[in-house]
Order: sequence, then structure tokens, then C-alpha cells
Amino acid sequence: MGEVQGQGYIAQALGIADVLAVAYFHALTYRPEDPHWEGRDRFLLSIGHYAIALYAALIEAGIIPESELETYGVDDSRLPMSGMASYTPGMEISGGSLGQGLGIAVGMGLGLKRKKSGAFVYNLMSDGELGEGATWEAAMSAAHWKLDNLICLVDFNNQQADGPSTQMLCSEPLQPKWEAFGWHAQRVDGNDIKALVAAFDTARTLAEPRPRVIICDTRMAMGVPFLQARERNHFLRVEADEWQQALAVLSEGRHA
Amino acid sequence: MSAVKPRLTTSAMIASIAAEGQKTQAAPFGHALSALAETRPDIVGMTADLGKYTDLHIFARAHPDRFYQMGMAEQLLFGAAAGMAREGFTPFATTYAVFAARRAYDFICLGISEEKLNVKVVCALPGLTTGYGPSHQATEDIAIFRGMPGIVVVDPCDALDISQAVPAIAAHDGPVYMRLLRGNVPLVLDEYDYRFELGKAALLRDGPDALIIASGLMTMRALETAEALRKDRIDVAVMHVPTIKPLDEAAINAAAARTGRPVIVAENHSRIGGLGEAVAGSLLRAGLAPRFRQIALPDAFLDAGALPTLHDRYGISTEAMVQTIRGWL
Repeated sequence: MGEVQGQGYIAQALGIADVLAVAYFHALTYRPEDPHWEGRDRFLLSIGHYAIALYAALIEAGIIPESELETYGVDDSRLPMSGMASYTPGMEISGGSLGQGLGIAVGMGLGLKRKKSGAFVYNLMSDGELGEGATWEAAMSAAHWKLDNLICLVDFNNQQADGPSTQMLCSEPLQPKWEAFGWHAQRVDGNDIKALVAAFDTARTLAEPRPRVIICDTRMAMGVPFLQARERNHFLRVEADEWQQALAVLSEGRHA
Repeated sequence: MSAVKPRLTTSAMIASIAAEGQKTQAAPFGHALSALAETRPDIVGMTADLGKYTDLHIFARAHPDRFYQMGMAEQLLFGAAAGMAREGFTPFATTYAVFAARRAYDFICLGISEEKLNVKVVCALPGLTTGYGPSHQATEDIAIFRGMPGIVVVDPCDALDISQAVPAIAAHDGPVYMRLLRGNVPLVLDEYDYRFELGKAALLRDGPDALIIASGLMTMRALETAEALRKDRIDVAVMHVPTIKPLDEAAINAAAARTGRPVIVAENHSRIGGLGEAVAGSLLRAGLAPRFRQIALPDAFLDAGALPTLHDRYGISTEAMVQTIRGWL
């Protein structure tokens, strides 16, 4: 996908890939042939620019055909660079106006409870979105309504447009903050599959009437050392030969 | 000893805009929504700490399990309303017009309108209907919502209009912004052969000397103005435009095409971006150029004070309108 554009939110995508892998191939209930099946778990991508990563998961999950991969960000594609619900099967909301996802998740959580549905709402957001006030309105509300069907995933890669998130508007200490807001909070290495599986299982099976958050410390450009090493990798330009190197490194890792 | 004129004070936010002795109905929105909800199990009511001041408390009392108090958090209110709509419900989400238009704009625009979600944004204190000053006076709300793609904008005149607009906007599949008059709301349109139809303007009375095009409470003022001018043998037509977007351009253009009759748009809104400029655009696109005047609020932050004082000061009271229009004709 990114190769077509030569640039993009590639470091975030590589960083969050493990979280999405555990979400889509361990935790979520869905029917690939019927992405709007009523009984599905809802997965909201609040961070619209992470669409490149979610498209990969939706392709692996069989919701989008692999043949559309090359159309990422191309005119009239179903895979725009910022995720939009009206464009893409399996994309639940139009994210990208950062800070909106969690509030929408609260409404969906309330709606699912009205319908007596057992489905979960997952909201994937970034550490940068912790700076948005609406996030905390929604955090308070989710606890107020005891939304035990709401699981928030925070991608903490400590990198936003202008630099490290902790230097832009520090959200630490993050886990106690969520706990103080009434949430069950876990903080894990977001690139450790085993830790993620355990955290998702805890969040899904917990008996407490509280919303759950998993703060995932991830590494930008995980798995491709020469991209990881770039100091500012919020929006990466990647040359043609670098794509080949990156793919080689990643597939080595895959077969190892 | 000279008689001391009683000093008017800033009226409370819950004060009615009804004139003394005027026929009114209490909380028409709350009662209409409660009644509609009997046959529409998908309807839920949501508010951001303004249930009582948007008449949603009537609905909350009638359907407590369908009422969501979201607290003083407007961005959350409209985000959560979007989520509810995604799950198949039809939320009526209420707050004051200033907070929806100014604070929660992005959440209504991207969260609701861009996705064509079935949320009804119902807002009290539109235009100049409170004396609390600029923090509460939504003098530019229509300009703001007219600019938002995909949303329907409704500005009802009275209790009858509100009662009929509620089922109509609920039947419309998509986002709606409705300006709300709350409390004891005047009842005016029952004396005219009128029914609210979404997207339709209605000629309430005809007359050769001028055409007043109005929405919201200014339709009531226009009708009173027309009566007052009749005593001077000035016979003006009044067209009520309860749906500002999409605008009933066909009806407006047809009425304005009658030659020799100036067009006066009366609106409880800034002269910028409201019904006046919407009508002007419609007329010009149709090649019509009648004499055109606006009775509207100035492009300014308005004073605090008692509503009757302010309506006189800014020219939207009946007396002020009669004076202004007499001067134009």
C-alpha cells in the first residue's frame, strides 16, 4: 500500500500491527462475508490515519480482497489514506478528527446495552488523542454508565506530528489516570504478542462493571530497524529500494 | 412627581418569549416527543445538563429508561448520539444553540453529518431569545449549520409548528438541526390554514405592498406587523419558511417574482449567513432582483438585558418592525 504512495504513516502501521493481529485473529468476533453482521464486535479506528494498518488487517481477515491493496490512496479507491466508514467495508467510523472515537464508542456501548447485545466495542486511539478534552469527557462517561462492553486500546508510541507525545502535552502517569477515571487499566508491551493476548483476555473476561483500557507501548516502525532508527518518523518517506529492504527484513522475521 | 417607568431586568433563561395575555402552550417539544416515542421505540432523548431548559424533562418523565443525561459535556453528547444512531436508534440530543454550534461543531459535522447519521440536534435559545449576553445568544447558529453539508435546518415559529415538526424531522432519515422555543410557547399558526411540511415554505397571508419572508419567532412578528400595517392600509404578504435548509426556493422565487413588491426578510439571526442571505442567493440565481431589505440582528456581540428592551434595540420587536417597514414603503 505505502509503496504506491512512497510515503505515509508507515511507522505507526508497523508499530500497531501486533495489536491489530491479536484483535482480529484472537479477540474479535466477526463474519468476514458480512461485515455489518449485528452480532459482531465493533472496532472503531479513531486514528483515521492508521487506516493503512487496519486495511492490512481487514485484508488478512478476508473482509477486503487482497487485490485492492494497490489502490490505497488512489483516486476513487475504497481505501482512502484516512479511514472513512462510507468508503470501506469493516471500517465502522470516519476517524481522523482526533478525539472523536471514544465518545462515539460510549454511544455505541449504550446502544448495544439497550439492545441487550453481548458484543464489545473496541476503540483504537493514539497517545496524541489523549490531549483532546473530548477523550476525557468520554472516559468519565464510560465509567459513569459502567460500560463493561467497552475496550479502549491506546497506542502509546510516543510520537506525534511535532515530536514525542510526552514532550507535547504529557499524559503520564497514564495508567493511574485511567484508573482514577474509573476504568480497569492495563499497560503492556504492545509489540509482545503473548502479553497482548493475555491483556485482551483479561479485558474481555473481567467481571467488573467497568470499561477497560489497554495501554499498548509500541515501537514506531517495529520490525524494520533502519526505519525504527529514524528520529522523526511520524510521516515517513520511503524510497523504492528501501521498500525492498524493508520487505526482506519483515519476511525474514516472519519465517524466523 | 413624574411617573416612574418600571425598570425591566434581564429575564431568566427560562422566561417565555410570549407577550402578556398571548395564547401559549407549555413545552410543546417535550410533549410532542413523548407522544411520538409511544409509537417509535427507536427514539431516545439525550442532553448535556439542559433537560429542564430544553423541555426534554417531559420526555424523561414519560420514558425514563430512554433518557440519557450525559452531563455538561457537549462534545460527548453529540459523539454518543452518533454512536446511538449507529446502533439503530434515533437520538434527539438537546442543548443550547450556542453550545451545539460553537463548542460541538466538529462532533456534529464529522461524527454525525459526514456519515448521514439519524441524529436530531434540538437547541434552545436560538438567536436573541435570552438576555444573558453573547455567551448564550446564538446569533450565528444558522450561518454555522447552513455551512455544514447534509444537515437539515429547521426554525419553527410557535407551539403548533414545533408539535408538527417533531414527527416530521423524526421521519426524515438523516441529521437535523432544529431551533427550539421552550417553556410557554406562543400559539399563533392555529389561526391560519397551515401545516408544517419539512422543506416547504407557506404563504400565510397575501398582499400587494410587500412580501415579508420570515422564519422562527419572526414569522409571528411578521404576522403582527402585517396586522398593524393594515390599519395604515398597507397590505403585506407573509411567507413562513420553517425549513431554512434545504430552502424552498421554488415557492420563495415564485412569491418574489410578483413585480413591484419589495422583499423583506425577517430573521432572529445575524444578517450574515442566515435566511436573508439564503433568500437573496436564491433570488439572484433565478434572475430576480426585487427591492430587498433585511430585518436581522447586527453583525456584533449583542447586549445583555431584558428581552423586550433588546428586541426593540435591535429592531426585531413588532413595534420596531412596523416602524422600519413603514419607513421603507
